[in-house]
Amino acid sequence: MVAVAGIDLEVAKGEFFTMLGPSGSGKTTTLRMIAGFEDPTTGTIELAGEDVSGVPPYDRAVNTVFQDYALFPHMTVGENVEYGLRVAKVDKRERAQRRDEALAMVRLPGYVGRRPAELSGGQRQRVALARAIVNRPKVLLLDEPLGALDLKLREQMQVELKSIQGDVGITFVYVTHDQEEALTMSDRIAVFNDGRIEQVSPPRELYEHPANEFVAGFVGVSNVIERDGARQTIRPEKIELLVNGTAAPPGLHTERGRLTGIAYAGSITRFIVALEAGGELQVVRQNVETAPGGVPSQGEEVLVGWRPEQAATIEGTQTKEEVAR
Amino acid sequence: MGRRLAGLFYHRPKLQLGALLAAPMAWLVLLYLGALAILLITAFWTVNPLSGTVIKEFSLENFEELVNVPVYREIVWRTVRTAVLVTLTDAIIAFPIAFYMAKVAGRRGKAILVIAVLMPLWSSYLVKVLAWREIIAEHGIINWGLGPLGLHGPGEGLVAVWLVFTYLWLPYMVLPIFAGLERIPNSLISASEDLGASPFTTFRRVILPLVFPAVVAGSIFTFSLTLGDYIAPKLVSNEQFIGTSIFASITNNQPFAAAFALVPIVIVIAYLGVARRLGAFEHV
Repeated sequence: MVAVAGIDLEVAKGEFFTMLGPSGSGKTTTLRMIAGFEDPTTGTIELAGEDVSGVPPYDRAVNTVFQDYALFPHMTVGENVEYGLRVAKVDKRERAQRRDEALAMVRLPGYVGRRPAELSGGQRQRVALARAIVNRPKVLLLDEPLGALDLKLREQMQVELKSIQGDVGITFVYVTHDQEEALTMSDRIAVFNDGRIEQVSPPRELYEHPANEFVAGFVGVSNVIERDGARQTIRPEKIELLVNGTAAPPGLHTERGRLTGIAYAGSITRFIVALEAGGELQVVRQNVETAPGGVPSQGEEVLVGWRPEQAATIEGTQTKEEVAR
Repeated sequence: MGRRLAGLFYHRPKLQLGALLAAPMAWLVLLYLGALAILLITAFWTVNPLSGTVIKEFSLENFEELVNVPVYREIVWRTVRTAVLVTLTDAIIAFPIAFYMAKVAGRRGKAILVIAVLMPLWSSYLVKVLAWREIIAEHGIINWGLGPLGLHGPGEGLVAVWLVFTYLWLPYMVLPIFAGLERIPNSLISASEDLGASPFTTFRRVILPLVFPAVVAGSIFTFSLTLGDYIAPKLVSNEQFIGTSIFASITNNQPFAAAFALVPIVIVIAYLGVARRLGAFEHV
C-alpha cells in the first residue's frame, strides 16, 4: 500500500509550513517520516542539508507535538517538559531554567508541580508545546495540535502558536485538515490529496489562484463552472448578487440564474444560484441593511456578476469523488 | 401490580440494586465469610492428644506451636520464598510475551496469542501437574534431552516445584501485564522516542512505571496461588509447604490446621496492602 508518492518538498528555515489535506491524504504519514517514525521506501529526507533517512526518531533534531498531546501521565508538568533535557543529560540547573522559560513562553508558569490529569485540554496542549520547544529542535512538527480544542480556544491558540513561532524562530511543520487554520497561520501551504501534493503556495495565492479543482474545493468553496471549454472558479464572496432588476455596474461579467437555496448565517447569508448557462455558484453576501434591491427570496430570478480577473481558470483535473468539506 | 412494582424500583436505584444483589450477597456472607469465621474460631481450639477429641475452649496453644517449633517456621519461610521466586520468574517471562502481544503483534496474531495464553487455563490443573511429573521423571523428556550431554535434570524437589508453579500461574501474570500495556497509548512511546530517549530509556522511564501496577496485580495471583497450593508440591516433591502441612493435619488435628491456615491469609492480606499502595487496583 502506498500512503504517499512523489512528494517533493523543501521547507525554508524559520518557515511556518502547513500540510493541508483531508484525512487519509498522506499528510500525517509525511510528518511521521520527517519525525523518523516511518521510513520512506524510496527517496530521502534531509534536515539542514544532512540526510537523515533511516536515522531513528531519538537521534533526530526534530520534535513533535502530538494530536493527543501524549503527555506522560505519571510525571508532573515539570518532569514532562524536562524529559527531553533529562534524557540528553543536561545538568539539573540548566534543565530547571530552560523548563521555566518554556513554561513561561506557553503562559503556564507555576504549573511545574501539576499532573497532566489536572489540566484542561488547552493547558495540556501548551505543556506539549513547551515539552517540544524546550529542546530547541531544528524543526517542530505539529500533528493537528488544535484538533481537540473547542472553536474559541482553537482560534486563540492559532494566534498564540504563530507568535510563539516568531519568538523561538524554529521551523514549524504543521499538519491540519482545517483550511481556515492553515490560511491563518502559514507562510506556505502544501495541499495534499490521495498521497500526492496538489499545490504548494502562500495562503493568498492558494486561495486566489487554486491550481486545480481539488484545491479550489478544499480551500474554500468549490465554485467551479465550465465556460467555453475552460473551467473557472470564482470565490463566493467575490460574486455580486443583483436582484429586482438592479443594473450591473460597468465592467462586470454577468449571468442569469435562479436562486435555489438561501442560508442565513448571522454575519453573512449564503445563496445558491443555478445558472442559465449551466452550473451552480455559491454566493456569499454580508448582511448589511443597505443591500440594493432588498432581500431576495427562494426561486427568484437573479443576476450574478463578477469582474473577469476574479475568476481563476483551473486545470480540468480528474476529481473522481466530490470533495468533502 | 407489576407496573406499580416496576415504578417503585425505577425511581429507587438503590432498592433495585439491593434486590438484585441480596441473594448473591447472602450466599457470599453465609458460605464464604461464615466458613472463614468458623475457621478463625476453630484455630483457638485444641485437640486432646490421647482421645483425639476437639476441646472447644479458647487457647493460644496452636499459635505458640507455630511460632516456637522451628520446622513450621521453616515451612512458612520455604513457601513464601518459593512464592516470591515464582512471582519474579513469571514476571520476567510474562513481560516479553505480553509486550509482543500488546505492541508488536497484529490483530490476528494478538487474538491467537491471547487464546494460546488462555488455553492452559481451560485444561485440568491435575493433568498439567501430572504432565510435569512425567517431564521431570527419571526417564522423562528433560533427562532424555540432557543425558547425551552428560547432564541430569532437577528431578523431584524444590526446583521442580518452582518450575511447575511458574508454568501453572504464568497466564495469570501475562494477562494483567498485557492489559496494562494495551492501556498505554502508542503515542506516549512515540513521544518518548521523539524527545530523544533510546528504546531502553523509553522502557525504563515510560513503559515500566506505567505498567508496574499491572505487574503487581498479576503478582497477586502468582504469589497467593503459590502460597495456598498443596497438590503440586505433593506431586513433584517431598518437601513440606504451608498447604501440604495443613492438609496433613486436617484429619487428626483440625484446630491446628485452622491456625496454620491463618498464616497464608495474614500474609496475603499484608501483600494486598502493599499491592494497593503500589497502585495495583487503580484500573480494575
